[in-house]
Amino acid sequence: MTLLSRRTLIATAAASSVPLAAARAQKPTLKIGVLTDLAGPYQDIVGPITVEAARQAVEDFGVAGKGYNVEILVGDHQNKPDVGAGITRQWYDRDGVDIVVEGGSSAVALAVSEVARDKNKVYINSGGATSDLTGVRCNANTIHWVYDTYMLGRSTGGALVKSGGDSWFFITADYAFGHALTRDVSEFVTAAGGKVMGKVATPFPATTDFSAFLLQAQASGAKVIGLANAGSDTINCIKQAKEFGITQTLGGLLVFISDIHSLGLEVAQGLVCTESFYWDLNDRTRAFSARMRKRVPERRLGMAQAGAYASTLHFLKTAEAMGIAEAKKDGAATTARLKAMPADDDCFGAGIIRPDGRKLHPSYLFQVKKPSESKGPWDYYKVMATTPSEEAFRPLKDGNCPLIKT
Amino acid sequence: MFGFSRPQATAFAVMLAAIIVAPFVLYPVFLMKVLCFALFACAFNLLIGYVGLLSFGHAAYFGMGGYAAGYAAKAWGWSPELAILFGTLAGGLLGTVFGWIAIRRQGIYFAMITLALGQMAYFFCLQAPFTGGEDGIQQIPRGNLFGVFSMQSDMAMYALVAVIFLFGFLLVHRIVHSPFGQILKAIRENEPRATSLGYRTDSYKLVAFIISCALAGLAGGTKSLVFGIATLTDVHNAMSGEVVLMTLLGGLGTIFGPVMGALISTSMENYLAQAGAWVTVIQGVIFVTCVIAFRKGVLGVLAEKLKITL
Repeated sequence: MTLLSRRTLIATAAASSVPLAAARAQKPTLKIGVLTDLAGPYQDIVGPITVEAARQAVEDFGVAGKGYNVEILVGDHQNKPDVGAGITRQWYDRDGVDIVVEGGSSAVALAVSEVARDKNKVYINSGGATSDLTGVRCNANTIHWVYDTYMLGRSTGGALVKSGGDSWFFITADYAFGHALTRDVSEFVTAAGGKVMGKVATPFPATTDFSAFLLQAQASGAKVIGLANAGSDTINCIKQAKEFGITQTLGGLLVFISDIHSLGLEVAQGLVCTESFYWDLNDRTRAFSARMRKRVPERRLGMAQAGAYASTLHFLKTAEAMGIAEAKKDGAATTARLKAMPADDDCFGAGIIRPDGRKLHPSYLFQVKKPSESKGPWDYYKVMATTPSEEAFRPLKDGNCPLIKT
Repeated sequence: MFGFSRPQATAFAVMLAAIIVAPFVLYPVFLMKVLCFALFACAFNLLIGYVGLLSFGHAAYFGMGGYAAGYAAKAWGWSPELAILFGTLAGGLLGTVFGWIAIRRQGIYFAMITLALGQMAYFFCLQAPFTGGEDGIQQIPRGNLFGVFSMQSDMAMYALVAVIFLFGFLLVHRIVHSPFGQILKAIRENEPRATSLGYRTDSYKLVAFIISCALAGLAGGTKSLVFGIATLTDVHNAMSGEVVLMTLLGGLGTIFGPVMGALISTSMENYLAQAGAWVTVIQGVIFVTCVIAFRKGVLGVLAEKLKITL
């Protein structure tokens, strides 16, 4: 399932015929598998841009003249855990892939992390939401980079209550992810002194008309309508809320900047959401985005895509510090080294990785700007609150990660 | 042997040789997937090819077999042979209930009822606590066969899957060529006439339906142990559609056709995956071409050209 570009193909063909180049082709190669949703509902949140982000990481790291090659493979998990696990298994078994990055939504992430453990390789997730990945289902070969349900709940739930949104009504996608998110956010809302007025479960998938649920939410009199869903469900909810003239604050519990882009500011204005990366956050993120613009001129990255960049870069740095042969040998040892190395990149700044595999960095509560406030393309967010990295994620002892007991 | 005609015996020898040699050349996990789907398609073919019943919800039995086997192996720690047997039973039981309802109607109504029941099974699996919702049942251990032989290595597992597949394949072949199978074919050709000859056609159809579902459960159970995961993909109606395509592609009502169809379909999925968003388009084009050019499926056309039955 190797994705060979024509250039690589020609290069390989040329290398095999020229003796000098043949010697060069025997250099050790680090293989990075980017497993993502290339054509499904999350292709804008992760998708092809994730692949470009990983390539950018290789470029920024600079492999030339270092005595080894870095190769990137691409796979499409189609949001099916069995497909994702199948591709990963083949990569590790047959194609000599050392690390899988991104790796999709919660269900796929959990399945891939099992394969990484079985085959003793490395897996850094940046697209998945489930906090189980560093909780009860954590293992010695997996790192979870960008966000999780706990962090989203704490940031959006906790902060909104503080700023006056103390009564909530949830519109929940009726499957495990929706219920988990509703549960986590409800806990933060009540802990911060707010109350939950009610919730309604919407059939998943295949709900496109949310009007009945939105009117129920409106009638509840709650100040905040929490959207415990993702992707097109969230987009539909926000659009339809606008059409019904609903004035309550919409709390998007899992919203990415690409969703705002598809909605447009006119519709999305006032929406509150949480991300751990925004292109216009500081000088480093702006510099990074300027570099990325050469690859992806039309779009700005969301946090999951930035996570693929940061995790690839961190892996390359660590592999170089360890020595390539050593890094390829034992996945668990490499992961331990990844956790020990302090992380520093343009997207998330300096941060550390906890022993349970949780990467720590601040999370930001954003409000979507009004069209009049937006100064240019993709100028969408203003920062409402920042949660420092030590508070943003679930405390180590509460995760029940089996690695921590031993 | 098993009522094979001469060309069939040759084809069987070729298939057997391929099954033995292939894991040394190709990736065993991929081959196991092919074999599981081949068995599933054979089970489906028993119904559509030999009884003329088009079931549009066969994923339900395949997926339920997968969930049952996965749950037994993971939660109860059953050894693989028992878990797979349990999956087979689950497929068969579900088939008994659904079949009992569905065989009361014929043609398009039968297809629609099986489709509706299949969708019910899907939503049951989506919500039922033991299936793990969209996460599926993960971390299913392969365990030790008969409590002795470790199935951890892909080659050991491949041997087990190959034996299960051959068992299912030969069973289907035996059924088709038994007196029971003759009556099934009589029902396919002319049901009122079979009735007038004194056969309780409903009972025959129900038994065939149950056997087909049990074999689908067997395939699903095996697949979930191979991959260590049982998910909604396997109960989704897209899977029901896929098995119809596999059977049509290979050759409806030929004994080797479904195997060929499963091989073609799975290989396309596997080797075209790098084409990203274009996979579905390419698959569509190939399917349309096949349906237009090979009306009787790849092996159906081949058999017709060579004037043999496969």
